[in-house]
Amino acid sequence: MLAVDQGTTSTRAIVFDRAGRMVAVRQREHRQWFPRPGWVEHDPMEVWANTQRTAAQVLHDVGAAQGEVVALGIANQRETTVVWDRVTGRPVTRAIVWQDTRTADLVRELCARPDAGIVAERSGMDIAGYFAGPRLRWVLDHVPRARERAGRGELLFGTMESWLVWNLTGGPDGGVHVTDVTNASRTSLMDVRTCEWDPALLDFFGVPAALLPEIRPSVGQLGVATALSPAIPITGALGDQQAALFGQACFAPGEAKCTYGTGSFLLQNTGTELVRTRSGSISTVAYQLAGEPVHYALEGSVAVAGALVQWLRDGLGLIATAPEVETLARTVQDNGGCYVVPAFSGLLAPHWRGEARGMVAGLTSYVTKGHLARAVLEATGWQTRDVVQAMAADSGLALPALRVDGGMTTNNLLMQFVADVLDTPVVRPMVGETVSLGAAYAAGLAVGLWADVEALRRNWHRSAQWSPVPARAAQLTAEYPTWERAVALSIAWGAPYP
Amino acid sequence: MPGTVQSIERAAAILQVVAGSAGTLGVTDIAAAVGLPKTTAHSLLRTLLGVGFVEQDRVGRYALGPGLLRLGTSHLDVNELRSRASNWADALASRSGQSVRLATLEGGDVVVVHHVFRPDDSAQTLDVGTALPADRTALGRVLSAFAPHRSTRGPQDAGRAELSTVRTRGWATEHGEHTSGTGGVAAPVRGSTGLVVAAMGVTGPLDVVLDRHGQPRARLVSMVLEAAQAVSRELGWRGQRVSGG
Repeated sequence: MLAVDQGTTSTRAIVFDRAGRMVAVRQREHRQWFPRPGWVEHDPMEVWANTQRTAAQVLHDVGAAQGEVVALGIANQRETTVVWDRVTGRPVTRAIVWQDTRTADLVRELCARPDAGIVAERSGMDIAGYFAGPRLRWVLDHVPRARERAGRGELLFGTMESWLVWNLTGGPDGGVHVTDVTNASRTSLMDVRTCEWDPALLDFFGVPAALLPEIRPSVGQLGVATALSPAIPITGALGDQQAALFGQACFAPGEAKCTYGTGSFLLQNTGTELVRTRSGSISTVAYQLAGEPVHYALEGSVAVAGALVQWLRDGLGLIATAPEVETLARTVQDNGGCYVVPAFSGLLAPHWRGEARGMVAGLTSYVTKGHLARAVLEATGWQTRDVVQAMAADSGLALPALRVDGGMTTNNLLMQFVADVLDTPVVRPMVGETVSLGAAYAAGLAVGLWADVEALRRNWHRSAQWSPVPARAAQLTAEYPTWERAVALSIAWGAPYP
Repeated sequence: MPGTVQSIERAAAILQVVAGSAGTLGVTDIAAAVGLPKTTAHSLLRTLLGVGFVEQDRVGRYALGPGLLRLGTSHLDVNELRSRASNWADALASRSGQSVRLATLEGGDVVVVHHVFRPDDSAQTLDVGTALPADRTALGRVLSAFAPHRSTRGPQDAGRAELSTVRTRGWATEHGEHTSGTGGVAAPVRGSTGLVVAAMGVTGPLDVVLDRHGQPRARLVSMVLEAAQAVSRELGWRGQRVSGG
């Protein structure tokens, strides 16, 4: 199985064997463009070149002959928007990345419209600049002649997996223009119940249907990657966080994973019934197997997790490397009454308060850098609890255990804190590359390499487990209102001065 | 100042002079700056060059050496070690089907710093932080054999001979001495300077780890050696040797 993980900073191509073990990996970073404050762009041509190159290298590494690598799966950074010319294959502008905030004013305008309610009603999510729809609208409004050309069907829109599938299957010469349903669910343009483009939403965002890709299941035939040698059928595509959910084998309602990277992303499978949210999590599509109903998930996105440790390293210089935060935190027994709310650019789930700003609360002369390091790690744990509580309120599903992945999972102090603060076991799988693995699983399932999701479940093995300590869990439950108070203060601090 | 060692004082003065210079210094300048005959300064500089505390450019002038710069950063944080070793440890557990541990010496104790479960989903408990007996585990034997200040005195007993074998061979075993029915194989992990900073190994049921002759299975030994070398490379070790000290 070949998996391509087209991420925010790099593109990785990984070959997995039938047991779900990594055989070879190649990676290549691409340039980050910051043309103005708040703007973040990638060059789609560079991303495509890196995809071709890493895939060719990894296929060469394993000496793959025709037919030995049976399928290709793609996982991609979500909500990043590409618009290109269907004849020349050239993008009309650089890709607008999911971190880009240029649509803030547009989103405010859209929210103020009397018919704004249909967006949450039909797409399952409130209007937000986080999703791809407003970015597409921005391109149509700001790139010369884009709207006129889109109306004539000369332009194509897609998230990164669309762009890559189109190019892999021939580009201007017969490329297949498709998107997977998980990525489509992040545009604000899809009816989350029927999983089709919604004419009322297209009308609301002012987007012509002519440039949209066809929505396909995550697991099923998408096309043949004739741009690779040997050519490989593309049979799976998922947004990266959904891919991680799939790679973690969270196939039953209630099963959940959390990826601890720069930010943290917790997704809980909610089964085939859409759960309407009221508590600050997002309803999203988890995955769909061809010919089967869509599986949904609740998602809690937290902007700052590992990024707070990086700040301790780069901003404050208290540690030389990120893992040393655990060493520093272990120089003390507790947080010394100190709390850090990392609202560097507002708070995402479950608060959705863009105005919130960071806060270090509870300073006394007793507090040392050790306490600060502990508070930094605890912030990630407390935020996980915020998200899990919101999801429990929305879904009513118990969380049997939290499956974790990402760089911060080698931090034993943090993982134990998460287990205690959730009063739930935390488990780490043997294959940490869950995003790529999920893409490989999706593609392999479609071609029958694995019979069903139960076969994938048998591939999942635990490499570590942190179990909650009852006394500590009770203590943290008692302490939780203090954290909530710190969050409220950080929101109040960012509010307009009266 | 009674009890001071004159040559160390002089070497320190030389290092201070070299450190305080904007560029490189010749031996004549250095000798003049510390008030020593040129031959004495030269002899001290040769010694400092040998341990890497100074280095010489093409025309023979002196600057501070990489060995001195490494002094302050050579300590390897155990959490950093775990983070760097994690992928290799997972792969070793996955390939061998056995549990994997990394251990370091803390004081005189052998302490587990990373633990990957045996991939069979049976009930297992993380034992990071646990101290292991140095003389009865493969991890402990590796760390004892490669310890930088191991004792060279004491009786010439079987234990010392065994550690010598471990050093020559480059790996150690256990045959149920620590936990009945459990065998193990471990190998040294080297840091960027080549010093052994940790031991990495697998443990599992005796009949899985050992063959019918009581020898560790060759395939398992090579997997452990490869994983330990991969972690060593990750830590910046560029050497080729897999055995010996």
